[in-house]
Amino acid sequence: MRGDVESIELDLLLEALYRHRGYDFRGYARASLKRRVRRRVQEEGVGTIAALIERILHDEAAADRLLVDLSINVTAMFRDPPFFVALRQKVVPLLRTYPFVRVWNAGCSTGEETYSLAIALREEGLAERTRIYATDINDAVLRRAQQGTFALDRMRDYTRDYIRGGGRASFSDYYTVDGDEVRFDPELVSNVVFAQHNLVSDRSFNEFNMIVCRNVLIYFDRNLQDHVHRLFHDSLVRFGILALGHRESIRFTAHADDYAELDGPSRIYRRVA
Amino acid sequence: MSAATARSGAGELALLAVVGASWGGFSALGRFVERLDPVFPGAAVLVQHRGADSPEGVLLGHLRRLSPLPVDEVDDKDPIEPSRVYLAPADYHLLVEPGRFALSTDAPVRFSRPSIDVAMETAADAYGPATVAVVLTGGNDDGCRGAAAVRAAGGTVVVQDPDTAEKATMPAAVVAAGLADLVLDLDDIPAALGELANRP
Repeated sequence: MRGDVESIELDLLLEALYRHRGYDFRGYARASLKRRVRRRVQEEGVGTIAALIERILHDEAAADRLLVDLSINVTAMFRDPPFFVALRQKVVPLLRTYPFVRVWNAGCSTGEETYSLAIALREEGLAERTRIYATDINDAVLRRAQQGTFALDRMRDYTRDYIRGGGRASFSDYYTVDGDEVRFDPELVSNVVFAQHNLVSDRSFNEFNMIVCRNVLIYFDRNLQDHVHRLFHDSLVRFGILALGHRESIRFTAHADDYAELDGPSRIYRRVA
Repeated sequence: MSAATARSGAGELALLAVVGASWGGFSALGRFVERLDPVFPGAAVLVQHRGADSPEGVLLGHLRRLSPLPVDEVDDKDPIEPSRVYLAPADYHLLVEPGRFALSTDAPVRFSRPSIDVAMETAADAYGPATVAVVLTGGNDDGCRGAAAVRAAGGTVVVQDPDTAEKATMPAAVVAAGLADLVLDLDDIPAALGELANRP
């Protein structure tokens, strides 16, 4: 049966990728992983996942392409504006009680969310005392994030969502236009550290007042989600903030009872245990 | 259906209907849920094309008022249980896995997120012959590839009669591709799903 053979092939591909390159995608959510792998099979023109295994083991560039496909998540600035409203109204007052604020933006991808956080916290007067650690599994993606360069044709949507997210400044003051791209003011991320970190394999590296990890855990299966939630729990100060994506929840996780809702609809939680 | 449910690993789910709609869907999905059997042994997953700026809670509230079965908007990793209706959230792709939903923020597919094809294709993978693709009113051809996948997995494809659909393009595309098993008036679709679910 086609389904069973494909499952075997997928298992073998992930095993091969792990042994060959050291990246462990074996705990990723299967349905989305399958879609990305199938797309890569098509793009490489190899016909089957089994043939893709051979390709990535003997062609380093092909292995790189697969890694990129599996590790980059599509993101946007000020995605889900009500989150940023809740951040400003409910989270910021709590962060203001700390003399120094450490924020972990886990799975920052190409940086849209990082810049959004940096801008919001700066506008709320917290930039001076905040350090944001923006991490991602992929080095190339991190370099992109650091550059702060985004497509010009996204700026209209981003401006709309910036305003809906509580922004009061003139959004275009934050960037300069260069052809079909914009470059955000590097000063905005002067308090941001971009660093490589793998949520699957790496350990806790600091204690944070807030962890923002939105629409990253959706790509992990439940076991891996529990593993990452344990990592987050270990990395949060007591009463620290955990912010998830709009349709993510701690509900079925092993750490559900360690958090209370700070803003239910925006999936912002506070560590209470 | 017993072999199919055993394969799906989902226990008592007799049937998983993935219902796709675009233009005209607010009204059509309301009429659809209204006529669901209160003891429908399957689950219905509703995928309505809508973007990030769709007003929170409006479609959900509309469906809850009309549906005899509980309606919930899906969170990542929510379980799929019988006699329930699930609504794909705006601006995410909804993927079906055996026994659970998963979400994705991958790029829009044919300008749509949620994509009906994505929901149907993953449902076909997870539930095989127990899957029913239901294609309602809409102005594009999202759902065609999904219907093909459901067909290929041994499932059934039900299409709203293009002549009575508010926007015929979407159901007509499935018919034109030779993929429709049943072409029905919207009001007759819930009962047909009930019959499919109760087949031995």
